[in-house]
Amino acid sequence: MTGEDAELQQTPLHDLHVALGGKMVAFAGYAMPVSYRDGIIKEHQHTRARAGLFDVSHMGQVCLMGEGAAEALEELVPIDVVGLAENHQRYALFTNDRGGILDDLMVTNAGDHFFVVVNGACRDQDFAHLRSHLEGRCTVALFHDRALLALQGPEAGAVMGRLAPATRDMVFMTAGEIAVDGITCFVTRSGYTGEDGFEISVPASRAEALARRLLEQDEVAPIGLGARDTLRLEAGLCLYGNDIDAGTTPVEASLVWALSKARRADGARPGGFPGDGVILRQLAEGVARRRVGLRPEGRAPVREGAELIDEAERVVGKVTSGLFGPTVGGPVAMGYVETAHAKPGTALRALVRGRPQPLEVVRLPFVQQRYYRG
Amino acid sequence: MSEIKFSEDHEWILIEDGIGTVGITDYAQEQLGDVVFVELPEAGKTLAKGDEAAVVESVKAASELYAPVTGEVTEANDALAEDPAQVNSDPQGGGWFFKIKIAEPSELDGLMDEAAYKTYVEGLG
Repeated sequence: MTGEDAELQQTPLHDLHVALGGKMVAFAGYAMPVSYRDGIIKEHQHTRARAGLFDVSHMGQVCLMGEGAAEALEELVPIDVVGLAENHQRYALFTNDRGGILDDLMVTNAGDHFFVVVNGACRDQDFAHLRSHLEGRCTVALFHDRALLALQGPEAGAVMGRLAPATRDMVFMTAGEIAVDGITCFVTRSGYTGEDGFEISVPASRAEALARRLLEQDEVAPIGLGARDTLRLEAGLCLYGNDIDAGTTPVEASLVWALSKARRADGARPGGFPGDGVILRQLAEGVARRRVGLRPEGRAPVREGAELIDEAERVVGKVTSGLFGPTVGGPVAMGYVETAHAKPGTALRALVRGRPQPLEVVRLPFVQQRYYRG
Repeated sequence: MSEIKFSEDHEWILIEDGIGTVGITDYAQEQLGDVVFVELPEAGKTLAKGDEAAVVESVKAASELYAPVTGEVTEANDALAEDPAQVNSDPQGGGWFFKIKIAEPSELDGLMDEAAYKTYVEGLG
């Protein structure tokens, strides 16, 4: 252990990661496994074919409780929280006064509270943001004593059906307090891989026992954060800090689908969130640049930060995420381009080590999402 | 008579008749993870010790390979274009990167022998 590692926090599954041969790296202040013995490509393929178990305990789990919690939270997100039915989940974004994205998050109506999951790297900032705006309207508390596991892949449903029969009737973006192998957990049918799957919020004291039980199942293998990144990028999902940040708006980020109808100009509760003027105007008038999928030719990955040029060698955009997509079998990327170049089929070039590499603007996702909708 | 030497950047160079065959070590491939692309220098290119000689792309990141000695590239391992995973499966065999005509044999003295490299890697914990 170096001095730097000593300051990293550990999740409740740390000993298990080490026992499983996890290659531990620093991520969002935690020591996390980037991969296990099989490596990123095999772990990725296992998740697409069977079921992968991920430790995502570095993410922040927040509880909002109180009569006015839904209305209060709506003041921070361009999302319909008031209309979110019990045991249903919705993707949300914290916006700033310029319409930029402070974080992306998942909001679940858990009946007597809202269960909110935020990015690990943004957790403290998000928590302070919630506290300063919502205090007095509802209580804001961090679930310190819970781990978060994700079970993802086409066989995740069969595994959970065996250990938690109550999950059999759940569809994508629903949730519930459910016993998993006898342990009371809060389960959502969602994830970050494009596959069917679940996220399981489990008491920290029972997390390792549950993880081991899941790993005992024939379908399940442990998967590191490396494959989590390749899976999410193939599924066209944004990584906060790369593909979206305080300088990108939801409209520029091609996340218009996430902006609830109720919060748009012609909706039941139009605006009323930070940056509403900018975002509603962009919805009506369009934007100068947009997030798109990019498919480089050849085998060399095009990485984040690479500039995109048009035929006249003019810089028209920038790559925000890029890697080798194991299911695609080649390099895949996302980035922002000027709207005139955002149409699928547009040919551009990326500057890789000073040399132009051809790539094409493509429709996202790269790999069809396979959520379970009943 | 052949001899193998190692750099602190985890490259190996196998020296035979004044030609060095260069690749990355098992430790390096293990650290990188699955290699998906390798960019190699062309034959005829002259490299000074420490120059960027090749690029190794793993799934998530790109890393440079630096010339361990000064010289002229005589051959690149074109098989890696089709099967870059050989860098993982056989780093000190089929996964070699390029061959270089060694211009300054004295530069080899600054590299580690196998025993010293082993100790160096163990020291990295």
